[in-house]
Amino acid sequence: MKVLVCISHVPDTTSKINFTADNSAFDKNGVQYVINPYDEFGLTRAVWLKEKQGASITVLNVGNKETEPTLRKALAIGADTAIRVEAEPTDAYFVAQQIAAVAKEGGYDMIIAGRESIDYNGGQVPGMVAALLGWPFVNACAGMEANGDTYDFVREIDGGKEKLSASAPFVVAGQKGLVEEKDLRIPNMRGIMQARTKPLEVKAPVEAANKTQTGAFSKPAPKSAVKMVDAENMAELVRMLHEEAKVI
Amino acid sequence: MSVLVYLESWEGKFKKNTWEAATYAAKTASMLGTEAIGLCIGKLDEDASEAGNYGLSKVLKLEGDAFNQFDANVYGAAIAEVAAAQSANTVIVSATFNGKALAPALSIQADAALLSNVVALPENASPFSVKRGVFSGKGFNILTSDAAKRIVLFVPNSIAPEATGGSASVEGTSAGQGSISPVAVKEVDRVKGKIPLPEAERVISGGRGLKGPENWGMIEELAEVLDAGTACSKPVSDMDWRPHSEHVGQTGIAIKPNLYVAVGISGAIQHLAGVSASKTIVVINKDPEAPFFKAADYGVVGDAFEVVPKLTEEIKKFKAAN
Repeated sequence: MKVLVCISHVPDTTSKINFTADNSAFDKNGVQYVINPYDEFGLTRAVWLKEKQGASITVLNVGNKETEPTLRKALAIGADTAIRVEAEPTDAYFVAQQIAAVAKEGGYDMIIAGRESIDYNGGQVPGMVAALLGWPFVNACAGMEANGDTYDFVREIDGGKEKLSASAPFVVAGQKGLVEEKDLRIPNMRGIMQARTKPLEVKAPVEAANKTQTGAFSKPAPKSAVKMVDAENMAELVRMLHEEAKVI
Repeated sequence: MSVLVYLESWEGKFKKNTWEAATYAAKTASMLGTEAIGLCIGKLDEDASEAGNYGLSKVLKLEGDAFNQFDANVYGAAIAEVAAAQSANTVIVSATFNGKALAPALSIQADAALLSNVVALPENASPFSVKRGVFSGKGFNILTSDAAKRIVLFVPNSIAPEATGGSASVEGTSAGQGSISPVAVKEVDRVKGKIPLPEAERVISGGRGLKGPENWGMIEELAEVLDAGTACSKPVSDMDWRPHSEHVGQTGIAIKPNLYVAVGISGAIQHLAGVSASKTIVVINKDPEAPFFKAADYGVVGDAFEVVPKLTEEIKKFKAAN
């Protein structure tokens, strides 16, 4: 079984977010990058598959050379090989085309990606890849188990969850629940040493035009100072929520 | 040219934010100088002409065995066909869980640009420009597209539904009958009568300060009097005090309610990332140094076990008097 895990290279969850002086781009200065947290759930789930069923795992990133430490970390966690498509990931459609091209060439049985990346939060790529390949798609996937030739999934829906089943090949957009946060793998020394010698292939991108363009960035307007309300005077809080905030 | 909006329904009934989507479509159509058409998929028990009250001129109903269960690719292909038949160059989809699944499929099947995580009405018609949230609520970005067709996937609670008093004609459509999904739905477990978090206008959320799952009764009681959804912080769902589906924050659900009440949550940066788009934030915490107070509109320093029941009582009194 061949598993392709898509890895986004994103600012650490605790990063302070700043934009360049002309607000045209994200300011990368001083920012630590990590594997996108949703992708990490998918990667750990793939490592479980490998350990239980003998899968081989390829991790894939569309990005410049600066993303290679993130791919090496994924190799140290347990992926077998890595592919980096040498291109700036400026548009979800462009990225999805790159992933679909790698998937077609590699003969994978499943693609696992995070449900969104925590930088641009688009949540578009996995569903686009599934549509480009004509494969079933399970979004917001919070559970996945092999059941003979088919797989059972748990998918989050509005106000609940849905149990699904499908046969490979398929695309999963995963989140917490694929594995629990406490079960996420941290690279050990042996993994880190092995990762140095595992293959990391750099591919040229396939031709695909962007469908969107990124314009000016801005930050949310600063909040006005908090109004403190005496804990003994909840009638006052109710009055404020009704008269000032107009939310009740 | 027209604007098509997917009018999402569940078990035959329109979802709470369906009229918000209709309003979004009507206002976008007005900006583009065209009409807005609604599309309902699957069995519907409600009167679709109601959409006219939110600015739609026509509602199409698409029924068939392929739509008895939701599948992103099947629904996406059907909407793409209907959009083509209606010469729609803009399709509006609300970012519910199903909306987020089908919009990418639709964008490929309709060869359209997908503008997602959109938080406001379009700013400009040419090039088509929208404001989207980025970096988990820590920033915004203007996204433009000069593609001939586009899908707008907008975050629930981004605009208020606006009744116009108009009426819509309702007709069936045979476009996009679709194929049966290769994904089998085996079980649907949906909490009856509970407001899905992304759509909830008010959300009451509890954190570690509540000390244990047995203390959630007062959160649920406050939520009930406020007609609110209930949520929790990440440690609470990690400890299985509450289900994962209630976890709001960076790796949980991002929400945008009018009122977010955080009880016993200190306000880690990852939690704020998922809730900071809330219009009004109330923080109740016994630690006056809790970082969440800096992001709050209203703060109460006090013991949650004393403050929350008092607040519930005062809201009951307020509701009785109003």
